[in-house]
Amino acid sequence: MPVRRSRLNLLNLFLWVFGGSILALAAFGALLTIQQGRLSGDQWQTLIIAGIALGSVYALIALGYTLVYGILFMINFAHGEVFMWGAFTAYFAATALSDAGMMASNPILAFLLVLATAMLVSMLVAVMLERIAYRPLRGAPRLVPLITAIGASLVLQYTARGFYGSGVRAYPDFTLFDGSIELGPVEMTVKQFVVIASAITIMVLLYLFINNTRTGRAMRAVSEDKDVAAMMGINVDRIIVTTFAIGGLLAGAAGILYTLLFNQVHFFMGFLPGIKAFTAAVLGGIGNVIGAALGGLALGILESLGPNLLLTGYGIPAPNQLKDVIAFSVLVLVLIFRPAGFLGRKDNV
Amino acid sequence: MQKYTRWSAILVVLMLALAACQSDSGSSGDPGTSTDPGTSTAPGESMAPGESMDPGESMGTGSAADCDADEFGCIEIAEGDPMVIGTALVISGANETLGTDSQIGTEVALQFRPEIAGHEVEFDHQDDECGPEGGTAAARALVSTENIAAVIGTSCSGAGVPAAEITSAEGILLISPSNTAPSLTAEDTHEPFYARTAHNDEIQGAAMAQFVCEELELTTAATIDDGSPYADQLAAVFARQFEEQCDGTITAEEAVSEGQTDFSGVLENIAADAPEFLYFPIFVAEGALITQQAKDTAGLDDTILGGADGYFSPDWLSAAGADAEGHYLSGPDLDFAGDFYADEFLPAYRDIGGLDEPVSVFHAHAFDAYNMIADAIEEVAFTEDGTTYIPRTALRDAFFATSGYEGITGSLTCNETGDCADARISVSQVVDGAFSRIWPEE
Repeated sequence: MPVRRSRLNLLNLFLWVFGGSILALAAFGALLTIQQGRLSGDQWQTLIIAGIALGSVYALIALGYTLVYGILFMINFAHGEVFMWGAFTAYFAATALSDAGMMASNPILAFLLVLATAMLVSMLVAVMLERIAYRPLRGAPRLVPLITAIGASLVLQYTARGFYGSGVRAYPDFTLFDGSIELGPVEMTVKQFVVIASAITIMVLLYLFINNTRTGRAMRAVSEDKDVAAMMGINVDRIIVTTFAIGGLLAGAAGILYTLLFNQVHFFMGFLPGIKAFTAAVLGGIGNVIGAALGGLALGILESLGPNLLLTGYGIPAPNQLKDVIAFSVLVLVLIFRPAGFLGRKDNV
Repeated sequence: MQKYTRWSAILVVLMLALAACQSDSGSSGDPGTSTDPGTSTAPGESMAPGESMDPGESMGTGSAADCDADEFGCIEIAEGDPMVIGTALVISGANETLGTDSQIGTEVALQFRPEIAGHEVEFDHQDDECGPEGGTAAARALVSTENIAAVIGTSCSGAGVPAAEITSAEGILLISPSNTAPSLTAEDTHEPFYARTAHNDEIQGAAMAQFVCEELELTTAATIDDGSPYADQLAAVFARQFEEQCDGTITAEEAVSEGQTDFSGVLENIAADAPEFLYFPIFVAEGALITQQAKDTAGLDDTILGGADGYFSPDWLSAAGADAEGHYLSGPDLDFAGDFYADEFLPAYRDIGGLDEPVSVFHAHAFDAYNMIADAIEEVAFTEDGTTYIPRTALRDAFFATSGYEGITGSLTCNETGDCADARISVSQVVDGAFSRIWPEE
């Protein structure tokens, strides 16, 4: 902290004024909106729930970015495609089960099968990605794996296009999750509830895994210092593959939750959620597991709430088209005030 | 180190802002001034009769001098060579049915008329990807094909804007079977070599507004567009007409972005005013998602949903599932006069496309576009030493002079900004999982 204070030069002053005025504008906009009273309390609640649901999907994908970054200090830009592959492949499992009538006769088992397909496929893709694209480049300058990741991302996208075609496909409806439920004063659709609950369960399991198992400890050790970990008898290669596998499993689960919410798959579907999840990981502090979860939730809520809350007050037409602008402005703001993200380590900057 | 990172961050932000601000002003060259339709020769003038050799029965008269006189020169096709006509339609991605449908329409036309001016016709099919990038790429690929006679395309207005500029700069006709955005044929934004056989959305928007207030007797409506020229302009025309024609109230004009999947923000905002009608003339993927999510939005329970020809396809129907039931869709009226469509066109369409039913609504427009191009070529083409010459400006003038052409879609007459359609709009409703034409009454 004292080091930063001495850096109060012209640039820092400008950034703080810039950030401060944006915050003030946002606060004033929110105040104006609330005074107008256009949306009812229930509607705000619906928006927040929708944001949390979307945010939990972002969080699951963001965990994949953050785990890999924590261990290899590389950004796996192909992670969005890992997510897409799981969801897209599971579409075929889902339609097959639906055609066979299993979706109607045994919906829970059918859903779990679809989920397992997605998670397995995503895991396989992630592990192969590590083995084929990243491992040969370990130790190369940082820019090399980054560019490779972008290349791998395109390869995966267009392979999916070749395999599955370029059209948009709609999942068969999981009628199991139709309707809505009330949790105290909060009403949400069953789908949203399933998404939020599964995401939280998976994240808690991941947290326990990292903190309480031997493999989890080894992962943390490798993340601290690869060389020392290797000297302590940890098989670093295996830990890295495990990390990719876990990231893949999470992405596959995220893929199914995403299709629960939005129902559609196509070969380009991984791009935007991938970018958003990466943003969430940076927002939370890349390399930090809890940070990624928080960042995902924050981003989801911001996207869903932000335009209506901050822009409507100023009478800006069609505010919702600007939701990405809001999300990414917040990223810029966070990086101005906290360059390492919410929970990021200083030494990562 | 941190300091430099921050400066470069600011620099990047500024550059992005600048790039965003100038995206409209950037244009390559200035085709508008060099090929202004007003200064070009009127139809027929460039073909001085009598000074040419015998061109054959159905062909125009002309000579090599006409090629030199023509601003863009001649298309030259050697004896025995095929005549290449390009297409730039969306044949991949979420909206592929829109372009595939038109492409099959051109193939059917080819089957009925395999030769133009004594040359076999070959297609060069490109993909407009339903967007400006794809439209630019397809148009550049086609104009760089030597001696391409004309281009049928694009499917989406967003692709048509850059494509019209590129082909017009080279003096190549671009005839769209399904672009409907008004700006493409508006006086100040029309590109000289661009025309279309599809209706202008000034007509579709007005028809939908009329249907909503007279037939459904609703008084409040909201619109959503996706920022593409097609959706943006059609939603605006509908909103204007709905207010002007029948004194309706537009409660909100919202917009979403392409690729968006979560529409809760937009829908909650619209639901605040509980409009009776929600019109979102966008494309397949987003259209299906909004159809589903609107049904889950409290406050839109009683709102009637409607869209337009951008997602008038079985793909949208299957993606939206049961939530599509009761949905209203405007589009070109396919209830054509005459027997040709039902007795000859449709069987050929099913045969060539391997499909049971048309997958979108602009196949007949593509068929007419092909035949109008063929007629215009045969009017101005002439042969010298076995080589067929087609003066480009004269071809354009001949096409734009089309008057009372009897096609499947009606009697087509082109105006000077390229609107050729005999535009008739109908509204269909989704009943029991299928489209059913309900208005106007036959």
